[in-house]
Amino acid sequence: MPFKLEVLWTDALIYLLLVVVALLVRHVRRHEHLVAPWRKVARSASGMAAATVLALFIAIGLSDSVHYRPAIEVRDGRTIYAVEVLSLFDKLVGKLRTQKAKTYSAPLATHRYSKETIELPDGRQVRDYPRLTYGGAHLADPATQWGPDIARRCLYGIAGGALIWLVAAALLCALLARRSAQDTGRVWRALWRGETEIPWRAILITLAVMLAVGGTLVALAAKYHVFGTDKVGQDVFYQALKSIRTGLVIGTLTTLVMLPFALALGVMAGYFKGWVDDVIQYLYTTLSSIPGVLLIAAAVLMMQVWIETHPELFDTVLARADLRLLFLCVILGITSWTGLARLLRGEALKLRELEYIQAAHAFAVPHFRILTRHILPNVMHIVLIAIVMDFSGLVLAEAVLSYVGVGVDPSTISFGTMINSARLEMAREPIVWWSLTAAFSFMLLLVLSANLFADAVRDAFDPRIRVGRSVRLAARNA
Amino acid sequence: MIAYITRRLLYAIPILVGVNVLTFALFFVVNSPDDMARVHLGVKRVTPEAIQKWKEERGYDKPLLYNEAAAGGARFTDTIFYEKSVKLFAFDFGRSDQGRDIGYDISTRMWPSLAIALPVFLMGLAAYLTFALLMAFFRATYVDFWGVVACVAMMSISGLFYIIGGQYLIGKLLSIVPISGYDGGTDAVKFLALPVIIGVVGGIGANTRWYRTIFLEEIGKDYVRTARAKGLSEPRVLFRHVLQNAMIPILTGVVAVIPLLFMGSLVAEAFFGIPGLGSYTIDAINSQDFAIVRAMVFLGSVLYIIGLICTDISYTLVDPRVRFE
Repeated sequence: MPFKLEVLWTDALIYLLLVVVALLVRHVRRHEHLVAPWRKVARSASGMAAATVLALFIAIGLSDSVHYRPAIEVRDGRTIYAVEVLSLFDKLVGKLRTQKAKTYSAPLATHRYSKETIELPDGRQVRDYPRLTYGGAHLADPATQWGPDIARRCLYGIAGGALIWLVAAALLCALLARRSAQDTGRVWRALWRGETEIPWRAILITLAVMLAVGGTLVALAAKYHVFGTDKVGQDVFYQALKSIRTGLVIGTLTTLVMLPFALALGVMAGYFKGWVDDVIQYLYTTLSSIPGVLLIAAAVLMMQVWIETHPELFDTVLARADLRLLFLCVILGITSWTGLARLLRGEALKLRELEYIQAAHAFAVPHFRILTRHILPNVMHIVLIAIVMDFSGLVLAEAVLSYVGVGVDPSTISFGTMINSARLEMAREPIVWWSLTAAFSFMLLLVLSANLFADAVRDAFDPRIRVGRSVRLAARNA
Repeated sequence: MIAYITRRLLYAIPILVGVNVLTFALFFVVNSPDDMARVHLGVKRVTPEAIQKWKEERGYDKPLLYNEAAAGGARFTDTIFYEKSVKLFAFDFGRSDQGRDIGYDISTRMWPSLAIALPVFLMGLAAYLTFALLMAFFRATYVDFWGVVACVAMMSISGLFYIIGGQYLIGKLLSIVPISGYDGGTDAVKFLALPVIIGVVGGIGANTRWYRTIFLEEIGKDYVRTARAKGLSEPRVLFRHVLQNAMIPILTGVVAVIPLLFMGSLVAEAFFGIPGLGSYTIDAINSQDFAIVRAMVFLGSVLYIIGLICTDISYTLVDPRVRFE
């Protein structure tokens, strides 16, 4: 085998999450009343545009979650695999990871950031900016060729992106025309005027921008360091793309850990009332009265001590960093279930007074069955809103935690560690601004699209807004 | 009223006990004092005598909960639990792992924290309310739409970028104020200006949006429609009726935060070099000084619970429909 699959802890949990999501999607599609709010989400233009961007991020994150060890050689019939663990994403971007410079270099630069003593062919020594090994190495004369080369690559990138976009738009048009049994011309005009139910125009415009920008980045990244390099010479663009997976992992796995606690405890507190309610309320008041960052910091400190005193459990640096990421998600989950539990308790208190629950009591239906069959499906909208709204908050919190020092392992590439190291670089003369800008742009894109999508989901699922909208619709039609 | 407050304070005591037990379990049960000593002294090449000496210096050499070797009442008091955790109730924070008196450090360092947190809070509140009122006044127009867009965009930017960007723009490029540092007295203004401005600007996105939601919910109610029908002008309706009634949820959310102002913002103080409680905590976390982190956790819980009690009291003061029971 040319490689050996390596399943890290976080990878395994992400696959589990995918399976759960697939099962849920299958369950939702079969019931019309569950599909209806999602249709409303699909009708929101900003939500769908944000979803397109998120889809790209999720694709990058998922491809970065398939890890393997490449084979080095075959000796005596046994294949020896490398110690280094790579991911499918690393394989796809290939040279971006391996082509490192020696130290800093500006974005799209052909020379290094600092002067060095270079030996000329005729024996003289001069202090000048040396050429980069990989960035712009194909240029014979950078001074004159750089500008036109960049411009030409940008054009190729945009052209490639435009081509892909035309193909996608044509396919979409054909699909819509076949489904609505109209001719493509009319479908295209309706789509472009924004008259379709699903906002395809917004999605196509977002896709166009994404492909144009992505095309230029891909075309430029082949020969240049698009966002420059950091202190040890690693390409900043590569780092930013790898950080996406860390952010996604923290946003989703924390929710995976938090959900069982919040659901079980919150619903039980509201449904059973009495001493169960008192105990659970005491529990979450105690937990929420400890300042969040401090509790997380204390827990991470303890985890660090535990990891340091048990070094025999980790065979590679990556395994240790991955386990620390997993523990961070677990700690974040355990410390953040209180907010959702409070909301669920309030909702369960309201639900248990409804008549069909009382009828179920009269029929001696066991409590567990009432909880799973009646209460739980009716609180799911609160859970969903909380999940999508917390996602962006968790990505932002990771950056702050990594700065404080209790976030991810320093060897893990994340937005927090990028900002942490970029911060000190701002004080250098001349200023090193590209690491921070790259981290800022990518993080803003991820969090902004998550926020917009969360808004669309909340507007569709929140019953108060739903009621208001139907009342307004009735008033308008009356 | 006094009976209500005493009852709430009495209810707070089991919660504080729970917080104490939780932090004790977190710090001493997950990792034994031996492990902590090893981490401080170096994991690999440390002798048992050095570990014992480290533990003796800090009082960690006693048993965790129950000391069989002592006599009578000392069985319970000559333990780590009593010495470190129970004494927190008397606000006796003891000594840090470096030997400094924690109580003294806290009492001197809380003033710089307050010097930043209070102006940010007050000026922020004024700014957010103004923007939210503006957006509620011009609701369903382009002002409102672009305002919400701006809020969502600003909300999506991490606080770290505000701090770093603000430091670079104002401190380095324009050189109006120093980037970081602190000085007592009248000089403090030039050091505090930047953190306060950044603190206010960083909170605009989320807070303005939240207040705008509350205002819009209030504007949709029946009595506002009646007021307009009676002929009141829109500004008068807003300021005289909507603002006062919307202040109830706003105020109760805001009062809970006030006691926590003492704790200081961890990140802002570290970036701006302010010697407040926030940077105290961060230094303790970085140097793995467990005694200080324990003390700060307890202090934070006490302040949070005071904030909760103040919130409930302010509820009854502001909303005449709510009464003590």
